[in-house]
Amino acid sequence: MATVKEFRNSIRPNWCPGCGDFAVQAAMQRALGNLDLEPENVAIISGIGCSGRISGYVNAYGFHGVHGRSLPVAQGVKLANRKLTVLAAGGDGDGFGIGLNHFMHAVRRNMDITYIVMDNQIYGLTKGQHSPTSSFGFKAKTTPAGNIENSISPLQVSLAAGITYLAQGFSHDVNQLTELIQGGIEHKGFSLINVFSPCVTYNKVNTYEWYKEHTVNLNQFADYNPLDRGAAIAKVIETDGLCTGLIFKDTEKPVFEDLVKGYQDAPIVDQDLTLGQERFDRIMAEFA
Amino acid sequence: MLQELSWKVGGQQGEGIDSTGKTFSSSLNKMGYFIYSYRHFSSRIKGGHTNDKVRVSTVQRFSSADALDILLAFDQETIDFNGHELRPGGVVIADAKFNPTLPADIAKDVSLFSIPFTKIAEQNGAAIMKNMVALGATSFVMGLPPDFCAAELQSKFGKKSQKIVEQNLLAVKAGYEAMEQQGRTFPEFALAPATPDHHLLMIGNDAIGFGALAAGVRVMPAYPITPASDVMEYLIRQLPAVGGLVIQTEDEIAALNMTIGASYAGSRTLTATSGPGLSLMMEAIGLAGMTETPVVIVDTQRGGPSTGLPTKHEQSDMYAVLFGTHGEIPKIVLAPATAEECFYASVQSFNYAEQYQCPTLLITDLALSLASQSVMPFDYSKVTIDRGLLATAEDLAQVGPSDMFKRYERLENGVSPRVFPGQKGGLHHVTGVEHNEIGRPDEGAANHVKMMDKRLGKLKDVELPGSVSYRGAQDPDVLLVAVGSSYGPISEALDRLEAAGLSVGHAHVHVLSPFPVKSLSQRMQRARQVIVVESNATGQLFHLMRFYGLSHAEMSSYTKYDGTPFLPREVEEKVRGLMIAWQR
Ligand SMILES: Cc1ncc(C[n+]2csc(CCOP(=O)(O)OP(=O)(O)O)c2C)c(N)n1
Ligand code: SF4
Repeated sequence: MATVKEFRNSIRPNWCPGCGDFAVQAAMQRALGNLDLEPENVAIISGIGCSGRISGYVNAYGFHGVHGRSLPVAQGVKLANRKLTVLAAGGDGDGFGIGLNHFMHAVRRNMDITYIVMDNQIYGLTKGQHSPTSSFGFKAKTTPAGNIENSISPLQVSLAAGITYLAQGFSHDVNQLTELIQGGIEHKGFSLINVFSPCVTYNKVNTYEWYKEHTVNLNQFADYNPLDRGAAIAKVIETDGLCTGLIFKDTEKPVFEDLVKGYQDAPIVDQDLTLGQERFDRIMAEFA
Repeated sequence: MLQELSWKVGGQQGEGIDSTGKTFSSSLNKMGYFIYSYRHFSSRIKGGHTNDKVRVSTVQRFSSADALDILLAFDQETIDFNGHELRPGGVVIADAKFNPTLPADIAKDVSLFSIPFTKIAEQNGAAIMKNMVALGATSFVMGLPPDFCAAELQSKFGKKSQKIVEQNLLAVKAGYEAMEQQGRTFPEFALAPATPDHHLLMIGNDAIGFGALAAGVRVMPAYPITPASDVMEYLIRQLPAVGGLVIQTEDEIAALNMTIGASYAGSRTLTATSGPGLSLMMEAIGLAGMTETPVVIVDTQRGGPSTGLPTKHEQSDMYAVLFGTHGEIPKIVLAPATAEECFYASVQSFNYAEQYQCPTLLITDLALSLASQSVMPFDYSKVTIDRGLLATAEDLAQVGPSDMFKRYERLENGVSPRVFPGQKGGLHHVTGVEHNEIGRPDEGAANHVKMMDKRLGKLKDVELPGSVSYRGAQDPDVLLVAVGSSYGPISEALDRLEAAGLSVGHAHVHVLSPFPVKSLSQRMQRARQVIVVESNATGQLFHLMRFYGLSHAEMSSYTKYDGTPFLPREVEEKVRGLMIAWQR
């Protein structure tokens, strides 16, 4: 029986003390342990950024690819072995800047993958440039006079693309975050857990305090129904995207893997690859 | 009797020109003739001139013929655009509907037959069968029976309806009779009997797809692009039956990253693209090289740069394929010459990718990817699946409970055992950052040198079997060096030059990386003069040879970059011209 311990390794993260990503790492490990998964059956695919290092900090199969492309790699992994629990992770720049195209398409494809974005509204690894989630007016190295672009709303974008599991967490609340990640893994389909994960070094605006002050937990709304897409959209707009908890879940939509014609339950990696003379001849005869 | 004949059908795109050419080619292929058919098309779907040039021969050919014998025209543009290709004595058979005329410069050398294709088709049921009427007229000229295409029509329409087959055959017969009524016989166009052999007819892209299937490919993420899409389309038809799939990604960046993911997780995986997509894949090629993830990438070269000539022939991606991606990684680049070789190279590319754990590129050119060729049936006993070094159960059992698997352990030849996610005892990390034996980031100086040497060492001093093939005189006056589909026209030029008593050789490059320095050098040493023949503007192969230290006192570059492949005559004339200049 696996527990959170099995998902810990001896590597010391190179994150700054206080970085929100520590909480995401802990929540991920707890969620995996709670679900009683074995580390060898979990693959974590991450992008480039401070956050992207996370695949090396959880004891599982880890793949740290290039900037913005964790989702295509993760989908490839899932296709080859649908029995694996596949997680993708990275920063807001990674996922909603350079990788936004892949994000939109991963959402609409709806493979059974759990995507965790550590959203600090800034580029951490490259030392403090603005990101697609930086607010209008936000001052960063690359926006000395304040950001003149509007920020992207990961939640609205996800809902618009037809996501089947959408949650938002905050590094300050590891218990809630663990639950949301666990829910995402359990959900059959594509899930996004967007996490407010403060960059204590470069983002002096969106700090822990700032998020505590500005975010609302959806638990506060007794009648909130996360199965209602319309309500979810309304709530996201009403809270200006600053809400935490399970925002939306669609349990009806089939997953990609179940729709592929001829796709077998047995993972591709376990298949016998030889065609055999008879089948070979039959296929060759099509060219006669 | 003719040993071979060259025929072309032309008209507007969307008018059924393709299917006319295909019916003609397939029928004659079924009769035992060897076909080489090359389509001229543009990036429009409807409208715009298109044609299909088909060579019918009693021997195997890998090139279009120098001149045309018969031109079948559905509009005046076809005659104006292609008439000059006709040899003296050639014929044009055209639809009377557009009142065809011959351009003045060819009028005295060729004859025109105006046959009411459309009208006859209408009388036989429907105007769309005008193509069948035209095929009937062709069959009379070639001395073929009017039911020469019966078997092909049966396999094409038989499942749909027997009535369609019969109607089409009647239209063919009507065309045959209309030609007969012209009152001329054409003994000079009669074809010698075909071989009794049974051939397959396919394009290079089909052969690559089939090869991949035989090699056990299960996942193909790709983004459509001319002239690569057929590989995707072929596998879309075939993979479901073996539990695999093609997935159309959002772009080529995703395609290659997904290929990497699927391969990392244990599937044999490929993607296919052309120039613009190759450019988008560059970063991920480096990731595959750095993480030692086997991937197969098909690059079907077309006219560049940028969008360039999307439907035209060129061999101008060689630099990009060999040197593309930042940093330094090992790469295998296979460059087949014929459709048959496309099949075997495709099978082999998966073995190489997994044996050497590096990106393996299979590059073709548009003529190779899209021209239909008759090939002899493939030999399944030559299809082997070698997954390279994989961790054994014993290897994995030895990994301690809190240890990581040494995925990048440096073994003698630089290749380390692979494990797939899901395997117990195999946990390790994979990263594009420089890393140590267990895949953990390690940017230390000594480690970087060690790991660079490990990766690059995998192909150091390697020359893959069959990297260079050779035909011709052992100590030739002129050595022709080429790559890709130019194999066809050059082989023919060589035959003619040798028949004329000239001393010529042809070294053909089938592997561009690792570059076959040794084999080429041996050939070059024995030649008095070297000409590198290629379809690009700057002489990429020529410069690659120089780059890899191959030199020769008399070495020149012969390039063509107008979007069309070489014709045998062009190569022949080039060599003759040089020999004359040189004898002076
Ligand atoms: C193709 C490419 N462009 C640029 C970079 C440089 N780069 C590395 S990480 C990064 C952005 C990091 O921001 P984010 O994704 O939000 O992650 P964080 O570091 O904040 O966790 C950039 C621009 C790169 N690695 N690759
Ligand atoms: S720079 Fe910011 S995002 Fe990066 S580790 Fe430090 S706190 Fe975290």
